Amino acid sequence: MRTWLARQRSLLDFALGSLWRRKGKNLALTAVYALTVAAVASVLFFTGALRAEAARVLAGSPEVVVQRMVAGRHDLLPAGHLQALRGIRGVGEIRGRLWGYFHDPTPQANYTIQVPDRFWGEEGQAVVGQGVARARRLAPGSPLDLVAHDGSTLRLRVRELLASGSELVSADLVLISEADFRRLFGVPPGVYTDAVLTVRNPREVSTVAAKVAAALPDTRPITREELARTYESIFDWRAGLSVIVLGAAVLAFVVVAWDKASGLSAEERREIGVLKAVGWETSDVLALKAWEGAAVSLTAFGAGVLAAYAHVFLLGAPIFRPALQGWSVLYPQFRLVPEVGPYQLATLFFLSVAPYTAATVVPSWRAATVDPDAVMRS
Amino acid sequence: MILHPGALALLVASVATAGLLLHAAGHGLVILRHWDLSSGSELQLRLERRTYLVSTLVGWVMAFELVSLFLYVFTADALAPLFRGAMCAAGSLRAAPGGYQVLVLKLAGAVLAGLWLLLDHADRQGFDYPLLRPKYAALLAVAPLLLAEAWLQLRFLTALRPQVITSCCGSLFGRSGAGLAGDLAGLPPRAAAAAFLAAAGAALLAAVALRRTGRGALPLALASALLLPAGLAAAIAWVSPYVYELPTHHCPFCLLQREYLGIGYPLYAALLGASVAGMGAGLLAPFRRIPSLAQAVPALQRRLAGAAAVLGAALLAIVAWAVLGSNLKG
Amino acid sequence: MSFLSLREVRKVYHQGRPDELAAVRGVSLELEEGQVIVLRGPSGSGKTSLLTLVGCMARPTSGRIFLDGREVTSLPERFLTEVRRRTFGFVFQQFHLLPGIPVLENVMLPAYPLGLPRPTLERRARELLELLRVDHRARARADWLSGGEAQRVAIARALINDPRVIVADEPTAHLDSKLALELLELVADLRRRGKTVLMASHDAVVHDAAVVDRRISLRDGRVETGAP
Repeated sequence: MRTWLARQRSLLDFALGSLWRRKGKNLALTAVYALTVAAVASVLFFTGALRAEAARVLAGSPEVVVQRMVAGRHDLLPAGHLQALRGIRGVGEIRGRLWGYFHDPTPQANYTIQVPDRFWGEEGQAVVGQGVARARRLAPGSPLDLVAHDGSTLRLRVRELLASGSELVSADLVLISEADFRRLFGVPPGVYTDAVLTVRNPREVSTVAAKVAAALPDTRPITREELARTYESIFDWRAGLSVIVLGAAVLAFVVVAWDKASGLSAEERREIGVLKAVGWETSDVLALKAWEGAAVSLTAFGAGVLAAYAHVFLLGAPIFRPALQGWSVLYPQFRLVPEVGPYQLATLFFLSVAPYTAATVVPSWRAATVDPDAVMRS
Repeated sequence: MILHPGALALLVASVATAGLLLHAAGHGLVILRHWDLSSGSELQLRLERRTYLVSTLVGWVMAFELVSLFLYVFTADALAPLFRGAMCAAGSLRAAPGGYQVLVLKLAGAVLAGLWLLLDHADRQGFDYPLLRPKYAALLAVAPLLLAEAWLQLRFLTALRPQVITSCCGSLFGRSGAGLAGDLAGLPPRAAAAAFLAAAGAALLAAVALRRTGRGALPLALASALLLPAGLAAAIAWVSPYVYELPTHHCPFCLLQREYLGIGYPLYAALLGASVAGMGAGLLAPFRRIPSLAQAVPALQRRLAGAAAVLGAALLAIVAWAVLGSNLKG
Repeated sequence: MSFLSLREVRKVYHQGRPDELAAVRGVSLELEEGQVIVLRGPSGSGKTSLLTLVGCMARPTSGRIFLDGREVTSLPERFLTEVRRRTFGFVFQQFHLLPGIPVLENVMLPAYPLGLPRPTLERRARELLELLRVDHRARARADWLSGGEAQRVAIARALINDPRVIVADEPTAHLDSKLALELLELVADLRRRGKTVLMASHDAVVHDAAVVDRRISLRDGRVETGAP
């Protein structure tokens, strides 16, 4: 065991020295490798963080949303429907919601206007998200004029800004009172945008949803699980698509690695020939090559992961954000919460280290099997 | 097809693994056909050089199989929210045909690659390539298995459609579930525990005996071969309810999750390691009679027996900790 | 008592191809331990090829080779290398020190695969450099050495694993006559220490040196004179 360790140590020493002696070539390769890792890792980290963020948001959202459908389109829900829902066994709390989208021509942006469960302000006041505040340069106390459905102006005053904690969903939010909402959009009293309900026993959610659909045939119940699934598949789909696009980069890198590994310089070939001649065996050279590969891979992997971490969690993924998050004038400027686990690292390993290894194993072996007598015959 | 990064990584891994293995098997075939140790011809010298390549390639195949086993379970786990009713890997693997077969093949692939490397290591100890023929014949036999795995995995991943209704581990590994998984969960915990403890105890005793006396490799191999399925069955039917502290929850995958301290990792690693070491000691037993291995094989067997004993003891300790430390009394 | 014997050894390169070359054509030899032996002959006579066969660096195409009565002809590379490491140390015509790394490390290189503890290895390498009077160059890079120094470092490297036989191919080819004489003194010194020295050379200074015990002439891959 001690012999084995000493041998590996000597070989590692020599491998590092040998890499350093050809630092031009090796640093270039490592840099390309690290860049590839960083690109793939950025996608994984970013979508992982988005997914975690969405999961946090969904955890606080209602178990079932009931929408009324007219001619296949989402329509306003009459208060009578709420009464009908109350009669369904297993349903806990029921609440009609008022929310909608509002296009503001000045900054060319869309807001989400919502009447919260219990609005803590007064009529004429608004609570706005950070994105809206940035777009309109708002601070507590500023006036906020919105053009209502009939062309009149609804004058509101900003009461406060929303905390930036979960900006992914709250950036474009404007919270107002029920009366202001109905005035802004011309929604008559007694109808709601949709209804949310809680279910007493979480195992019964799908049963309750089925009962809702049966009792009110013109409605569509959406469960939280379905929402989660939709989010999940959107994020996965985007990440996967980006990885495929980056696959071209990985492939290019693999070709470079293969080329570098098989195109040994005359000097390197002579060096291995000398090692074989003075008493190294093929497996010693293979071990040397494995150490070299491990050193390059570890450096590039570590540097790439750190770069991706900095790119995503410290800088907020400026390169991938537009592609992965969707487009909107009001980009949320939320801070992503780091979500890096063994799973992401294993995925990354297979998308970078495995192809590199597969590409270099045969060239290394070819280099290692130089005949020991080659230097004597040359 | 689901464009999930983990799924893509698995496909890359299986392409890399299958490519390496096919390459190795191709060389194996040539070596089997033209090998002539007494010849000093250049062909023979080339073939001898290739044996190094094959060993290196299979080493990587085993490493990839082990990591991809982990990645496979984790991807299935991460995909679970996409399928109605799936709450963890157990449900996702049900979401398309072949999910469990791939898992079993991956496990078999890792075990067989490990055993092959032991065979290879023994062969290198003899000065006349004593195990060359059995070794490369075995490689050719194992290759189709891993290719089948790559193919089934591709089919499974491409057949996955979001929102397919599957059963989650609660019902799949519940006692009423049908199929192999249900049967495993339906085993009476006491019987599963007894079978596991018997196999582990026998393996441990045989390993200590082999280490001390150099005899008893075949009983150790037999006990180790039983230990792997018995251990997996016991993990599902007996140990997991204690870990989850829910008498009805039988899931081999949730053991890997953070909520349960990732107890599955050391558990499965010790189980796999102990079984492979034990089976390896038995696999080598017939080769003690080869003159050039008469010294190397017994020494190797003793080392394997030592490893099997240490890992087996660790396995029992982990299981004891999980069962005795649980709040669930049964 | 011969420790190394060759029986009808042949070595063919590029077998079956248009550039096929039969470098050694049926050589039988018995070599004794503790002697200084010179292989001589014109270039292309098979001296170097024979050195590689004797030194267990290459396997013969046919024929058999015995070392201490044990056949090594068809040993797998691993075992052949092990035998070679314990038995032979090599000094090459162009020295073949690795440029860019220190002299001390160059000397230690052949011992890396043996897994000796680093301090032991360094101590041994320093002792050898001292013995060859180049210890003041231990930290220098190998490509900064003069021809004479490089020769001595190459010999130190050949001795690191304490071999029984030193195999040297044209050791004086890159040395002036003063340095060539110094080299022969070193050879005499090695002989006093009980080492066998096997040299291939077409340099008359080497052939006629008093220290040489046995001269073997080669022509066209066959032994002309000097074979028992």
